[in-house]
Amino acid sequence: MGKAWKFGHDIDTDVIIPARYLNRSEPEHLAAHCMEDADASFAQNVQKGDIIVGGKNFGCGSSREHAPLAIKAAGIKAVIAENYGRIFFRNALNIGMPILECPEAVEGIESGDQVDVNLINGTIENFTKGTTFKAKPFPAFMQELIKAGGLIPYVKENKKDA
Amino acid sequence: MGMTISEKILAAHAGLDKVRPGEIINAKLDLVLANDVTGPVAIKEFSKLGIDRVYDQEKIALVPDHFTPNKDIASAEQSKILRDFVKKQQIKHFWETGRVGIEHCLLPEQGVVLPGDLIIGADSHTCTYGAVGAFATGVGSTDCAAGMATGEAWFRVPESLKFVFNGTKFQPWVSGKDLILYLIGKIGVDGARYKVMEFTGQGIRSLSMDNRLTMCNMAIEAGAKAGIIEPDEITLRYVKERAKREYKLYKSDLDASYENIFEFNSEDIPLQVAFPHLPENTKPVDEASGIKIDQVVIGSCTNGRLEDLEITANILKGKKIHPEIRCLIFPGTQDIYLEALRKGWIETMIEAGAAVSTPTCGPCLGGHMGILAKGERALSTTNRNFVGRMGHPQSEVYLCNPAVAAASAIKGEIVHPKEVVKNG
Ligand code: SF4
Repeated sequence: MGKAWKFGHDIDTDVIIPARYLNRSEPEHLAAHCMEDADASFAQNVQKGDIIVGGKNFGCGSSREHAPLAIKAAGIKAVIAENYGRIFFRNALNIGMPILECPEAVEGIESGDQVDVNLINGTIENFTKGTTFKAKPFPAFMQELIKAGGLIPYVKENKKDA
Repeated sequence: MGMTISEKILAAHAGLDKVRPGEIINAKLDLVLANDVTGPVAIKEFSKLGIDRVYDQEKIALVPDHFTPNKDIASAEQSKILRDFVKKQQIKHFWETGRVGIEHCLLPEQGVVLPGDLIIGADSHTCTYGAVGAFATGVGSTDCAAGMATGEAWFRVPESLKFVFNGTKFQPWVSGKDLILYLIGKIGVDGARYKVMEFTGQGIRSLSMDNRLTMCNMAIEAGAKAGIIEPDEITLRYVKERAKREYKLYKSDLDASYENIFEFNSEDIPLQVAFPHLPENTKPVDEASGIKIDQVVIGSCTNGRLEDLEITANILKGKKIHPEIRCLIFPGTQDIYLEALRKGWIETMIEAGAAVSTPTCGPCLGGHMGILAKGERALSTTNRNFVGRMGHPQSEVYLCNPAVAAASAIKGEIVHPKEVVKNG
């Protein structure tokens, strides 16, 4: 269980991790500046297991994988949004950063609510409000990617078969 | 039922006769791209794969353009990771400072991306190459690593949206930049999410390659997976002298299916300005006129090509940049820079009081070479005006074409070019 950090629509990758920090790529460095331009207190106060809730088109903009890397390294357990920018979505799956699509949950969660997600069955629980939601299931191929733990382990496994 | 140009390219690279939107395919890649921000992460992921060699040294391009010439020690280290990898793997497409340009200006110019190609790039503006009739899309570093190792990537076949521009007549000073800003204003920053934007109609056919590259460049700003334009005579003239390998021309079938078709009258579209902090906040330039600015940026992978510099020089000729404005001009590549120099345009710019820089992404992403202070406002020909994009989180960026940018640099506030240029 963790605290929900709620953001609005079209949260872009420049907000998730500003380009001025991209001259380095260590995850701890990225985590220290995560969400800085939207909420300067985020990086100091975020706790392991917390959850980010975004609106539509979360992670739009640049292809920088530094964005899901920063979120993952900040200790965020999962991102819940109405939907995602295409490259962010792909990057998150590839690096094993859990993301869920669930407009109802976005509507039903406020900043500070105590929330947990079950990454196996996609259940989202809001303990503060006593409500439960179900995220949209991923297509079969993407589930395989997620099961493998991301693209690198997936390619490694399949290389063995070849 | 027929297929779109995008579906044909994807099918051909997946070894299939037909593909349909929504299908997930595995396809062979003609080029994998990364830069000095995304490349080091990709190289780190590549090393985890336990594969010694990249799949093909000729089909990878590494372009150190974001923080180069190296801005500080940290960025110098990132460039060095690229350089060491290039040496070890004997990667063919790599350019050092002094020869490098902004990736999306450089690769088409050098004939590295060609019609019919399937390309992934660890840079979101990889979609630029749709202008030569390639299917090109942005990915992250991990996809790039897997692509460098295997020469393949998975794709969900996207739905296509068709944007038809009827008529070859445009309002004065209107360019590809205005058309794409106008579209993003209409459909929003997620209006083409996961989809292809196919630009067509007589209006598009009449556009130069520079303008087409500008349009496809910003497809990502509507959330699109790719922007694409069917190759025609203008495309062929551009690629013929540059290509050093075979390429293939694909066209959309007449009975291809589109999720949606949008039609416009070319002549109806006014000059555009996108207000902070999203590219969809577009308005006709007249509604922006009088807004005071501190800095003008002309260049980037969106508008750093020869025609952009020509328009800029024509407007600046014999005039002076407003005393309170810092005007920064960034040619996209060394060849563009040199040609502008030979034509006397660089001299014109410097005489007007502009700072002209070696090619780099620099200010476009708030990296270096012209960062904004708190409360400052820039007018820029780049592609993004997100919060903090060019500097302080409380600075602002307005987007426009080079003519509006150059005229506004003289005036000190946003203006229609006709206010500055007689007979404009
Ligand atoms: S010029 Fe700007 S948008 Fe283009 S590749 Fe460089 S940073 Fe990205």
